[in-house]
Amino acid sequence: MDFTPTDDRRMLTETLDRFLAAEYPVEHRMKIAYDLPCHDAGLWAQLAELGALGALLPEEAGGFGGAGFDVTTVFEALGRTLCPEPVLGALMALRLLQAAGQDATDVLEGTRRMALAVGEADGSPELDDIACTARDEGDGWRLSGRKSVVYGGPAAHAFLVAARNGDALGLWEVDAGAAEVAGYAMIDGGGAAELLLSDTRGRLVMADARAALEDALDWGRLALCAEAVGAMDRAHALTIDYLRTRKQFGRPIGAFQALQHRAVDMGIEIEQARSITIHAAGSMGTPGQSRAVSMAKSLIGRVGRQISEEAVQMHGGIAMTWEAAISHYAKRLVMIDHQLGDTDTHLARVMAAYAA
Amino acid sequence: MDIHYSADDLAFQAEVKAFLRDNLDAALAARVAAGAELTRAEMEGWHATLNARGWVAGHWPREAGGQGWGAVQRHIFDEECALANAPRIVPFGVNMLGPVLLAFGTPGQQAHYLPRILDDTDWWCQGYSEPGAGSDLASLRTRAVREGDDYVINGQKTWTTLGQHANRIFCLVRTATEGKPQEGISFILVDLDTPGIEMRPIRLIEGGYEVNEVFFTDVRVPVTNLVGKENQGWTIAKYLLGHERTSIVGVGFNLEAFERVRTMARNIRRGGRRLIEDPLFAARLAQIEIDLEALKLTNLRMLAAAEGKGQLGDAPSMLKIKGTVIRQALNDLARRALGPAAAPFPSEALEGNLALAAPEHAAAAADYFNNRKLSIFGGSNEIQRNIVAKGLLGA
Ligand SMILES: Cc1cc2nc3c(=O)[nH]c(=O)nc-3n(C[C@H](O)[C@H](O)[C@H](O)COP(=O)(O)OP(=O)(O)OC[C@H]3O[C@@H](n4cnc5c(N)ncnc54)[C@H](O)[C@@H]3O)c2cc1C
Repeated sequence: MDFTPTDDRRMLTETLDRFLAAEYPVEHRMKIAYDLPCHDAGLWAQLAELGALGALLPEEAGGFGGAGFDVTTVFEALGRTLCPEPVLGALMALRLLQAAGQDATDVLEGTRRMALAVGEADGSPELDDIACTARDEGDGWRLSGRKSVVYGGPAAHAFLVAARNGDALGLWEVDAGAAEVAGYAMIDGGGAAELLLSDTRGRLVMADARAALEDALDWGRLALCAEAVGAMDRAHALTIDYLRTRKQFGRPIGAFQALQHRAVDMGIEIEQARSITIHAAGSMGTPGQSRAVSMAKSLIGRVGRQISEEAVQMHGGIAMTWEAAISHYAKRLVMIDHQLGDTDTHLARVMAAYAA
Repeated sequence: MDIHYSADDLAFQAEVKAFLRDNLDAALAARVAAGAELTRAEMEGWHATLNARGWVAGHWPREAGGQGWGAVQRHIFDEECALANAPRIVPFGVNMLGPVLLAFGTPGQQAHYLPRILDDTDWWCQGYSEPGAGSDLASLRTRAVREGDDYVINGQKTWTTLGQHANRIFCLVRTATEGKPQEGISFILVDLDTPGIEMRPIRLIEGGYEVNEVFFTDVRVPVTNLVGKENQGWTIAKYLLGHERTSIVGVGFNLEAFERVRTMARNIRRGGRRLIEDPLFAARLAQIEIDLEALKLTNLRMLAAAEGKGQLGDAPSMLKIKGTVIRQALNDLARRALGPAAAPFPSEALEGNLALAAPEHAAAAADYFNNRKLSIFGGSNEIQRNIVAKGLLGA
């Protein structure tokens, strides 16, 4: 075992941290995060140049990383600064393009943005519940149905759409211009969209995409766990800092043992969150991947909420304000549990394996 | 012991239900259910409806314009109003200043201000907290200096809830700097139209606007606006906080929040079944229902005991902790119930066919974040524990 990051990953961390701190400070983040398309094209190009996208794929697919730890390196950095850019959608799309053996150069270079349209209006995280359909019309494919809460949708040039063709679950590419895209900002910042398809033209990417989709979603979940760990670290640091500086009753509130113990418990839970994420990252590509990812996503959902609530409570009223950065960390940490299956969904998956 | 309502209580409950059925506008109730930010006119309209029936301040004594309700009647009324999605009665006059004036006000102050609370001539807000004085309220620094028949006030209050609608504010001000901080505080009534007052909005975590900062620069207030004696404000402040905490417990709102989650879980279908059939979700809900069933009685038992003794004691602190924790757990479940559909920023949520959730459930995430305030305000839950611990351990 070795828990030290490689030199390459450490350099990527430093590069991204420095860039995001300088170019994506809170004030800029607030401008982008709540204003459609919730995306800054200039900064996206620079993120791509710095390797934030290339790290997500292995060399044979045009990237320079692609391992679990490469993905967590990027997303932890994004989580530390609450970066609202649509990297999650890009990651899942890239993994699918790789699985389909398709060229992803323009996505990797940041010139073309793609999002994954998989979930539907009932919010089920299970691929079996997909109802969107695709039909071969001889002159090409037509897709119908509604995809819901597509992350990064408002900024996407094209969507990878999971749809049903008879018994098969396939994957098609649909141009943003060909479909109806209704975008909105999310409560924790960043953009999502409803994608409405009615006999909309699509290009077949994979006829049987079930395994590739499950895999891409696992990568997305791993990324969300890492993003949460980055955000938890910052939320904890902000809280410790506040406990040191905020004075009541003539002393820093950090002098009260009632708060000290809770600050310590936050730290313990964050270490647990980091470990389970490392466990998942190290399990990618192994037979234990899905189980490890579900364990991680379940723990992260539970602990993310705890860190959020404790950080807010220990800040007192100030954490209830839009102006305080901690309020935005608090929202992100809670809302991550609404993405790609929540703490109970993944707990149920771990439980289901017991009976099998 | 008898855990059932008496015949009189049941008759009263029926009367409240009938009143709500006949007088609460369905469209207004729907807006309350959807967690909409109510307009001033909507809040005033409901206040007037209740006042016409004599129920705006039912717990006040009859001589003051109330009904002299005890804990059980008050509970019945609050529960029925909450379940019917009636607008919340703005608490600052009815539940905070009213009891203070009844206990500490001069006959003149009572005669002048109490009717104006009932008929809504005055909308009060609460000027306790300051940027540097939150939990440590006694360290407040807003100064009031006596000059002839006036006090001249300088300083800043913050977190002033619904100050944007108010015409008056009751304030804790510093009138002496010697001795213990608690001994130099006075309780004073201020007309918000007085020159030198400026109010600025504070945007909250979910994007809404319900609190303000209030700045005082050479604000002249007549000495007759003092409640109680100069430098005796701390006793009054604590008395008011006891009443404020009791009203924050909100058993009625908890019951409404529970019904709301149960309805959501019955209506939302996910993965081919109703959410209520998901054993993990149902277990979470049942756990909270059990706590809530107990809280109903804890609340009534403690308030009845307090009525008997003539003082609230530690009850408000204990009830405030449990009531707010249960409410926050229900808000958490409501947010979870929506799954991915909880995501949209409230003002950006799509409508009509494109809506991700039923209108009355769409704000579940915003409500969850907003209600994190419940364990912070009215004295944080940590401060409530300190208060109870002091009683237990004498420390
Ligand atoms: C939405 C909202 C509405 C409000 N409305 C009003 C209003 O209308 N009028 C008004 O006057 N005020 C209002 N308040 C203010 C509220 O009463 C204060 O926020 C509250 O008293 C806490 O003070 P603080 O925010 O300064 O936190 P702080 O006092 O700075 O506390 C920060 C943290 O330290 C903890 N802490 C402090 N001292 C101790 C201790 N001795 N032991 C253990 N832990 C401790 C607290 O519990 C908290 O977790 C409102 C607040 C909010 C958020």
